[in-house]
Amino acid sequence: MSNAVTVSAASKIFPLARGKRVVALEAIDLTVAPGEFVSLIGPSGCGKSTLLRLIADLDQPTAGRIEVFGKSAKQARIDQDYGIAFQQAGLLPWRTVTGNIELPLELHGIGKRARRARAAELLALVGLSDFADRYPDQLSGGMQQRVAIARSLAESPELLLMDEPFGALDEMTRERMQNELVRLCAETGAAVVFVTHSIPEAVFLSDRVVVMSPRPGRILEIVPVGLGSAGNRDDGLREASGFFAAVKAVREALHGVPAEEVRADSAAGVPSGAPGAEVLYASEAPAPRGLETR
Amino acid sequence: MRAAGAGRVRMILAPVILGVVVLVLWQLAVVGFAIKPYVLPSPTAIGDQFTRAFGSIWSGTRVTGFNALIGLLLGAVFGILFAIVSALVRVFDEATLPVVTALAVVPIVALAPVLYTMFGAGAETGRQLIAALAVFIPVYVNTLRGLRQVRPVHRDLMRAYAVSSWQATRTVTLPGALPFLFTGLRIASSLAVISALIAEYFGGPVAGLGKSITSAAAYSNYALAYAFVLGSIVLGLVFYLLTLALEKIATRHSPA
Ligand SMILES: Nc1ncnc2c1ncn2[C@@H]1O[C@H](COP(=O)(O)OP(=O)(O)O)[C@@H](O)[C@H]1O
Ligand SMILES: [Mg+2]
Repeated sequence: MSNAVTVSAASKIFPLARGKRVVALEAIDLTVAPGEFVSLIGPSGCGKSTLLRLIADLDQPTAGRIEVFGKSAKQARIDQDYGIAFQQAGLLPWRTVTGNIELPLELHGIGKRARRARAAELLALVGLSDFADRYPDQLSGGMQQRVAIARSLAESPELLLMDEPFGALDEMTRERMQNELVRLCAETGAAVVFVTHSIPEAVFLSDRVVVMSPRPGRILEIVPVGLGSAGNRDDGLREASGFFAAVKAVREALHGVPAEEVRADSAAGVPSGAPGAEVLYASEAPAPRGLETR
Repeated sequence: MRAAGAGRVRMILAPVILGVVVLVLWQLAVVGFAIKPYVLPSPTAIGDQFTRAFGSIWSGTRVTGFNALIGLLLGAVFGILFAIVSALVRVFDEATLPVVTALAVVPIVALAPVLYTMFGAGAETGRQLIAALAVFIPVYVNTLRGLRQVRPVHRDLMRAYAVSSWQATRTVTLPGALPFLFTGLRIASSLAVISALIAEYFGGPVAGLGKSITSAAAYSNYALAYAFVLGSIVLGLVFYLLTLALEKIATRHSPA
């Protein structure tokens, strides 16, 4: 079976005014297996959103190839092979919660009854059944984001693309949403590419964490987390030693410790100090050269 | 709840009291200083004329109001259509920009004599067209602004859904532009009434409010002229309040 996502030697250059240009991504290689949860982490401006947009065919790479389920990214978009959620919920304010979740189904010609049924199902899934007829401006930010996630799941995509969907949420809502997402993924078996700023979030959710660095945007390292199948993850995991070890590995990768050392640490399962709510800051340190980026 | 209710009562009561006070002072001044009617008739004289001539004020209101309404509908339809085409076709937008800018600075009623020679002063067509032209500008400008306000996240969403550009227009662009359109319509509604009314000043056998004001004044029946003015004010208010209500409904769920 083909990979959910295959990125081969992709780069993206944005031309700026007066002949200047930004190398947003350089020589990116990445594969995501079906059903696999992969997070992209790195300081602001390292090209996480750009990479996600390339996979979604919202932008085209300057060089390289992107395949989604063995097809071109464009064909996959046309075939509606992925669902997408952004940092902003991006709900249509003039539609009810139900109307927003039904939007993709409606645009793709699904009948009214089937739409209603599916929307009700998804509302139950994200715990918003009581808010079906409300308008977005009557919901909190966290609720709006849950609606957006329900909308991204509407067509049961095999691939979910999420760009910091919990970025604007408070820590408590965020952890609850993470638990919900893990449960959703276990239920739907979808592959996920998830952009985040938070190390614990990436580790908690992912099978693998892709650590990126800016200027030019590149993959520093891919940290395998391997904390077990999504179905077994719960709040207890947040205290497990394997969790701390993976957090440490990701943090060291981000801050430029040689990859070999990080691997050794993580293999030995050495627990680090409590990660707390560590959130990555934009590191200006130059990326170490010559790391394996696969 | 209580405070809001009290606030609303005050909001309505304050202008009413002010209006009554102004009317009383006006009446006292006209009587006290024996002001001649051609300078300023008293409120009671105007009120008296208003009830007595109510039949002709009502029919005048209907004529002028109908012209304003036709102008409003016509101008709005063309304003919206042109705005949609401008939003879709860049060349069209660039071509219309100077024309619209010129129209926006020219007082449209100045076209009345020209249009009267084209359509005849007796026909209502000229006056309806003047109202339509006056309406066209704010509707066009506001709708176009609304059509260009599509949020990037909505644009991305439509692309991700791989919908046709017409579907995207119908799903996010048009509904997003509606609040802007209705703001334009609210501004335009007053212009429609004013233009339809003033256009009647340029002659022709007309039964509208504007013509009635000038002829009442020409026959030195100043109180009657003011009674027609009163009718015009009511007509303008009706147009304004109706379009304001539409705007409120359209912007009900707009994000803050
Ligand atoms: N449309 C664009 N035009 C020009 N530069 C862009 C554009 N999108 C992103 N960039 C630049 O590309 C780099 C990566 O951006 P982005 O992918 O948004 O980073 P991240 O999501 O990791 O914060 C940044 O330097 C950003 O300024
Ligand atoms: Mg980003």
